[in-house]
Amino acid sequence: MYSLIFRLLPGPLWLRIIFAVLLIAAAVAALMTFVFPWLSQFNPLTDSTIGSG
Amino acid sequence: MAELSSNAAVMRRDRARERPGRPHRRRRRSLFQVILQVIGELLITAGVVLLLFVAWELWWTNIESDIKQEQAVEDFFSGIEVPLTPEAPSADEGDIAVDAADPPVLPAAEFAGKTFGVVYVPRFGENFSRPVTGGVGVDVLDNLGLGHYPDTAMPGQVGNFAIAGHRQTNGAVLDNIHTLVPGDKVYVQTRDGYYTYVYRNNQIVLPDRVDVLAPVPTQPDAEPTERILTMTSCNPRFGAQERIIAYAVMESYRPSSAGPPPEIAAQVERAAGQVG
Repeated sequence: MYSLIFRLLPGPLWLRIIFAVLLIAAAVAALMTFVFPWLSQFNPLTDSTIGSG
Repeated sequence: MAELSSNAAVMRRDRARERPGRPHRRRRRSLFQVILQVIGELLITAGVVLLLFVAWELWWTNIESDIKQEQAVEDFFSGIEVPLTPEAPSADEGDIAVDAADPPVLPAAEFAGKTFGVVYVPRFGENFSRPVTGGVGVDVLDNLGLGHYPDTAMPGQVGNFAIAGHRQTNGAVLDNIHTLVPGDKVYVQTRDGYYTYVYRNNQIVLPDRVDVLAPVPTQPDAEPTERILTMTSCNPRFGAQERIIAYAVMESYRPSSAGPPPEIAAQVERAAGQVG
């Protein structure tokens, strides 16, 4: 799967490595801004209040 | 001898040409192998994402929340005009203590979702100054540190001024709650003045024990006579099977005009952004 994505990237090897790093960074940024804040509401380990559970 | 080694070199070159990874030499893989590889890669990805989530929760949320809390403290100080140097101790020190009998109380209704004070706990560190905001929803606790249970008393009111804070994540405001020693001071600053509470004891309870928020903690039917401060956080550390509750009793009140209590003058000054 990842090897296919890597082969689909254009350009010489060094350019494809740069693209791959950028893609990974974008994925991590999207996770941190959108997915994790949403996911953390289901995390029972961070509930510090009384009577909400 | 030379012939032999050149033969070896040719063989090495041939082997190199056959090395996998070159597309035109690739062995065709069966559908089964392809599916298996995709599943494997997805599983590895899921593992990496979960590790990232742990790092985000335990590390990044603290950085983000610290910035927002500092901003909230800054906003709090920009909204009030207070002297930042304590009044020189003099004969009228007694008058300040008299104020403790009937300190002013903020109207709770005004401060839903708004920062109304700053809490200083020297035991939690020299520079521990955290905003306290009305409400205990995730919007408050995850961003602004300490949250005030809306139906409990306000600082200085007879009854129970109850606040909650995270222990590991989102600023980790109450991470050191278990290190409090009886006699430790907890200072709550509002626009009116400084309420000094003295830590009394803690209690570890199950998460459904709402009676710790009662005007007289754990005695819902009793008539309150004391001014209590209750802090709740999760327990154990890195878990939430229980809650740790810390109680403090109000000892004195000092109006804003008299300046901060001398013991925390430096912290107040730092929080107000007057230093550095």
